[in-house]
Amino acid sequence: MASKQPDRRAFLKRGAALAGGLTLGGVESAVTPEPASGQSVEDQSVEPDDYSTPELIAYGKRSRHVTSVREPVNGRPSPDEFGLVFHIGTPLQDQVGAITPSSLHYFGTTRGSIVPEIDPAEHRLMIHGMVDRELIFTMDELKRLPSVTRLHFIECAGNRSSSRHRTIIESHGMTSCAEWTGVLLSTLLEEAGVQEGGTWIVAEGIEEVKGASSLPMAKAMDDIIVAYAMNGEPLRPQQGFPLRIVVPGFEGILHVKWLRRIKVVDQFYMTYNDYGHLRQDSDDAALSFQVGPKSVITVPSGGQQLPGRGFYEVRGLAWSGGGAVARVEVSTDGGESWFAADLRGTPQRFAHTAFSFDWTWDGSETVLLSRCIDEIGQVQPTREQVAEFWGRPGVRGLDNSIQPWRIEGDGSVHNAIA
Amino acid sequence: MRSLKLLPVLILLGTSTALAQSPTFGLGRTPTTEEVLAWDISISPTGLELPPGQGTAAQGARVYRLRCARCHGSDGTEGRAPRLVKRERPADTHPWNLGRILPIRAPYATAVWDYINRGMPLNREGTLSADEVYRLTALLLHWNDLIAEDEVMDAKSLPLVIMPNRDAWAALPDWTPGMPRLLGYPH
Repeated sequence: MASKQPDRRAFLKRGAALAGGLTLGGVESAVTPEPASGQSVEDQSVEPDDYSTPELIAYGKRSRHVTSVREPVNGRPSPDEFGLVFHIGTPLQDQVGAITPSSLHYFGTTRGSIVPEIDPAEHRLMIHGMVDRELIFTMDELKRLPSVTRLHFIECAGNRSSSRHRTIIESHGMTSCAEWTGVLLSTLLEEAGVQEGGTWIVAEGIEEVKGASSLPMAKAMDDIIVAYAMNGEPLRPQQGFPLRIVVPGFEGILHVKWLRRIKVVDQFYMTYNDYGHLRQDSDDAALSFQVGPKSVITVPSGGQQLPGRGFYEVRGLAWSGGGAVARVEVSTDGGESWFAADLRGTPQRFAHTAFSFDWTWDGSETVLLSRCIDEIGQVQPTREQVAEFWGRPGVRGLDNSIQPWRIEGDGSVHNAIA
Repeated sequence: MRSLKLLPVLILLGTSTALAQSPTFGLGRTPTTEEVLAWDISISPTGLELPPGQGTAAQGARVYRLRCARCHGSDGTEGRAPRLVKRERPADTHPWNLGRILPIRAPYATAVWDYINRGMPLNREGTLSADEVYRLTALLLHWNDLIAEDEVMDAKSLPLVIMPNRDAWAALPDWTPGMPRLLGYPH
């Protein structure tokens, strides 16, 4: 602790950086929080210095008492021995509200890749192929075009719950939601002039494998965003800095990052990301394209511990590739009875919607469930309903089945998938 | 071959000087032919954009030894990296069920070319010449009994190789805004 004691030089430097007539005492009183219970006197003496350095006044950071972090999914280390990064899950159990902080947004890479370092001044986006006018844009030019700002979730197709998973980060961590800002792809395509027969696009990144996906023109002209910002600041490198596409409601692999090229073509191109995503059965293919209605209770969830009987606000997230969440229902008795949850704010299309449900736990063992109903009437199914529909066990396509959490008599919370 | 491919681009350039920027907002510019060719590594299932070059499986063996064997093993069946040769299975096994082995699963031989061209060798992407990619593609197709050892693969012949899964893959839905995930699916 002694090493963290503020020294005189740091104080002087900080005072100089702030200037503007503020006295040192004024700064101290402005940033010193109310003493929190359980916080030691020693901690209080250290904190103002921790959070008031010139660097942290320029760009802030969270309290060192907040420790929620992402985790590699499926236990595969990231980065690995070659520096490659694989899929990293979001700590949904700690999330409050609909927006995932940029630093905690899940991310995945097609095959494991090194996050590229890109100079935005050098970066270009090319629109070409079956267009009347091939065009190439700088980042500054893209930012001059009419923009949109929308809340959208991105979910990986690998976000599958199974009996092996203990916590929500393992079962559901590969979905996140951010406020994305950029140019509608339709704006760019209209500028280029799509030629007759241009029915698909190929979107491609600039990373080492030039990850590319094919997308139908109907989606491209509807709501795909060529995004340069998330949550009020430029994209993070892990999220495609300086440019990516956001394909609202579609599987994560299609949201091409580090975007540099859009090619208008006359057919599904079966390119790099498409190839591994192919299905033999057309129903499977459909269920692996647009995300279904989905929800999960984040508190209480697997691995957590209820301190005792009494009142709890059950909290969770709901989303759908079919549009906005229309309602969420919660069961606290294993599916015997269902009640409408409270939705936080106005549900946005293709966005996480936070929900809550007031619950008093009587101390007995039970199972908590939630289900999402979206604006086009799709209802999140149980795993049993999915198996019954197809006549075989398992969940086909992106797994949107209801997640059961079992509360044991001792207050411990467990994944209840058999 | 290449000059034919360039023709539409050149015609476009020749007629588009007045359209150098986007019509509504007056931003961006027309990329040069060189810029388009340098970046456009998309390969249609029809082979439309395949570059000049050629190779046989026999030639591919040497490239493989130098650039691939370290990870994929000397014959594509061992090593740390994914297997490249189909396993022995009963003759009536559907080719889709031979697993996700690129040169068998890929419905089009062009997908094999594209995958090698973009993604290989790991961490040395973009260092193979077009000839080397044709040679390696030929080798993998030969190892999987799809072409002869001396069969020349180039922009004309490669798209004509009939892959066993050519008709086995499912097309994605004909998507329209507001449609459900799968028509008739209750969930």
